[in-house]
Amino acid sequence: MLGQTPYQPKTWIGRWLEKRLPVISLVVDQFVSFPTPKTLNYWWTFGMVLSVMLIIQLITGIVLAMHYTPHASMAFDSIEHIMRDVQYGWLIRYMHANGASFFFLALFIHMFRCLYYGSYKAPREVLWWFGVLILLTMMTTGFTGYVLPWGQMSYWAATVITNLFSAIPEYGDEIVIWLLGGYSVDNPTLVRFYSLHYLLPMIIAALVAIHVWALHVVGSNNPTGIEPKSLDETVPFTPYATMKDIFVVAVFLLLFAWFLFFQPNYLGHPDNYIPADPLKTPPHIVPEWYFLPFYAILRAVPDKLGGVVAMFASILVLFLLPWLDWSRVRSGTFRPLFRLFFWILVADCILLGWLGAKPAEGIYVEIAQFATIYYFAHFLLVLPLLGLFDRPKRLPESITAAVATLDEKKAAAAEQAALERVMRAQDAEDRAKAGDTATAEETAKADDAAKPEPAAEAPAAGEPPGAEPAAATEDASDVQREKAAGERGSAAGAPDKKD
Amino acid sequence: MSIDTIVDSTRRDVLYLSTAVLGAAGIGLAAWPFIAQMNPDDSALALASIEVDISALEEGQSITVKWRGKPVFIRLRTAAEIAEAQSVDTADLMDPLARNPNVAADAEATDGNRSAAGNEALLVLIGICTHLGCVPIGEAGDYGGWFCPCHGSHYDTSGRIRKGPAPENLYIPPFSVVSETTIKIG
Amino acid sequence: MTSKLISAATCAALALVLTTATTPAKAAGESLKPPSQYWSFSGPFGRYDQAQLRRGFQVFREVCASCHGLKYIAFRNLGEPGGLEFTEDEVKAIAAEYTVQDGPNADGEMFERPAKPADRWPPPFENDVVGALANNGVAPPDASLLAKARAAERGFPSFVIDMFTTHQEAGVDYIYALLTGYEDEPPEGVEIADGLSYNPYFLGGNAIAMVPPLFDEAVEYEDGTAPTIDNYARDVAAFMMWAAEPKLEQRKFIGVWAFLYLAILGALLYLIKKKIWRRVGH
Repeated sequence: MLGQTPYQPKTWIGRWLEKRLPVISLVVDQFVSFPTPKTLNYWWTFGMVLSVMLIIQLITGIVLAMHYTPHASMAFDSIEHIMRDVQYGWLIRYMHANGASFFFLALFIHMFRCLYYGSYKAPREVLWWFGVLILLTMMTTGFTGYVLPWGQMSYWAATVITNLFSAIPEYGDEIVIWLLGGYSVDNPTLVRFYSLHYLLPMIIAALVAIHVWALHVVGSNNPTGIEPKSLDETVPFTPYATMKDIFVVAVFLLLFAWFLFFQPNYLGHPDNYIPADPLKTPPHIVPEWYFLPFYAILRAVPDKLGGVVAMFASILVLFLLPWLDWSRVRSGTFRPLFRLFFWILVADCILLGWLGAKPAEGIYVEIAQFATIYYFAHFLLVLPLLGLFDRPKRLPESITAAVATLDEKKAAAAEQAALERVMRAQDAEDRAKAGDTATAEETAKADDAAKPEPAAEAPAAGEPPGAEPAAATEDASDVQREKAAGERGSAAGAPDKKD
Repeated sequence: MSIDTIVDSTRRDVLYLSTAVLGAAGIGLAAWPFIAQMNPDDSALALASIEVDISALEEGQSITVKWRGKPVFIRLRTAAEIAEAQSVDTADLMDPLARNPNVAADAEATDGNRSAAGNEALLVLIGICTHLGCVPIGEAGDYGGWFCPCHGSHYDTSGRIRKGPAPENLYIPPFSVVSETTIKIG
Repeated sequence: MTSKLISAATCAALALVLTTATTPAKAAGESLKPPSQYWSFSGPFGRYDQAQLRRGFQVFREVCASCHGLKYIAFRNLGEPGGLEFTEDEVKAIAAEYTVQDGPNADGEMFERPAKPADRWPPPFENDVVGALANNGVAPPDASLLAKARAAERGFPSFVIDMFTTHQEAGVDYIYALLTGYEDEPPEGVEIADGLSYNPYFLGGNAIAMVPPLFDEAVEYEDGTAPTIDNYARDVAAFMMWAAEPKLEQRKFIGVWAFLYLAILGALLYLIKKKIWRRVGH
């Protein structure tokens, strides 16, 4: 996608560098003038939040590696050394431990946003795949990292998770021994996990780079799910998207700080402050909260191999999502039935998370089995069928149509600060002349409303084209309200609320 | 330009500026823990100053203690060694400075400025050759003090460089005599 | 409307899961839930009560230390800010009361010498096996992390509320409940093995190997605090919290400012964002 104002070096040194390594134009085109749909709501800011969390995890992790000792007999003590003796070690270690939780929190929000607005659909399949790959790599990183403090939970998490591979028929036991570097979790396991835990974030960073690359090839999806048809429907990434993103980063860090400073052990488990003891399993072992839904799926299946397969399948199924959900309408905004099932899926995932923390006995197992079946049914059954039975609302023809009150003059002015000042002066004079309270925007809105709206195009199962302008306007104002709702941070896409 | 515009742009500038300043200050403050963590940790700082029991030290004996990871020679010199060290004319010395942080920085390298205040027999030295960092051997060399085997530097009974490639006298650590039996180094 | 309701429900459920996840589920019919106590160090503005820490340290030295170690605490920690804050000389004097092993000396032998501030707290037993043999077959756990390593399940709705009140005192609540919760006679139908004691709060079943450690007037307080089991338990629990989290005061101090800073920065960023987006008609 071309930037709105392609970079032109103005100085001789700029031109000199541009010919040799066009790095400035890369940054300017990709992160400054990169066109971003102007209708993005706050759910689109979590990409930036995730980048910030990745950076925090990388920096704190590199620092922790300077003080940590990857050895079975010293790892636990070295964590306490960090917590007690290293200058600000307690801060950096708590930041890293809680940072992992908030990294996953942001990731889950980001993914569910994709699910709601159909961001995985063509042409964004590869973008989505790399997102799922990042999830997988992050899970492995989170797991290997959790083992490093060498507390009871670390030790038994390592034992249980590596034993998953013993479910592999024929060679399972050999594979587990190979993974562990011994016959049980011990020093060789710890050291290799440490090595991998340092390596994997580099891979995450590389995957993120590809993810962003893919994003910049196809452009951002937006709440309407309609591709921008002209630059008028976009704004430059900087400052519009960046400022919004940075604001949300500050709010997210505020939440992070609450846990980091005031309850740093809230998301952890007390047992991990007990040094690893290979002879005694804690009575109730649970993974970190972000693994709980997967853990519930693992335990729901009564068969050992089946449980492992189901757990991995619960993520692998996401790779097929772009084809399982084959409806031509992208955004959940226009698919009432899809939206209902989306929220049921969210509830199901939360239910699975709750069950993952419960003991695997009695009624919990049965509920977990039901929730697991529903999880897969959503992707393999509900989504394909929704393509047939969903009755989407009429789609607006374009983002511009969706945002009916768009003040085009002002949008153009936004690109040039100097021009804008003139415009503002003009507005002020107009207002003074008119002598009433009506703003320029309201006037513009009235102008727009007077123009006949372009006919809305019928989607897959929609009505014949050429619907009356009034309907299109109504849909458009829906989007308007949806956007407003998004800005307030409301989870519900408000459009089904009719005035 | 109307008044409104000017007021508006000023307010905007103040907003941008204050946010930028606040943001930069925050990043600076947040960076501090990540810089500070590279400093010696509290367990190392706790050993930055040590107390040494010298009650068992007899005339003509030396002990070597480890202080901040370096050898420190503590020697109770004989009368002959003291006399020899005191007899040297400071004009003959290769390094005329005392190299003793417990006296003035420009103090001359007299034996009085090198030995412990109030106990001229007691000599406390950092046992690292000022040439290239080897540990010299005691009661050796042409001057009966220390001799560095690496490149042949000879130190006298006051730890002063007399012959060889080393440029400076053996350093003296900051120390104080706490009691008759104890000295505190660092 | 439906989706609104469902989303509200899911948000609530998410909060629920986030929290259940962190506390171990309670196995059927096990230990009693320790009631919440008042602690001076709870909440964002919480600070240790220095006098209480010193009293707790006294109880620990005179009662607990004969069986429980404190291996992550060095004597120098007793002088650190945000804790007991003994003077340098007091720390030296306390350290000198204990002996630690050092060496080897010139003869190649290990020897005992009085501890120095830089030394860590000496272990009460040579190793865990000796500790277990002396204590009804169970080695007494090291006390330096117990306040963070033990916690009873908080249960619903406490764990949801905890997120907003920043409750992190489940460990000390448990220690206090355990120390004050001994019962002379187990209830009808409960068999307690020889040498064990009945304690309904004990997380590992109701039979605990630690004999009731505290009794009234076991320790003589110098500041006039009543010499009761209740005070001893409260003070020593607070001391153990400090031992487990000696940087708590620094953490909360920085935290309040960091939180305030982010709130102001966030507000300013919001104003800028609004200002910039005003240029785009929407």
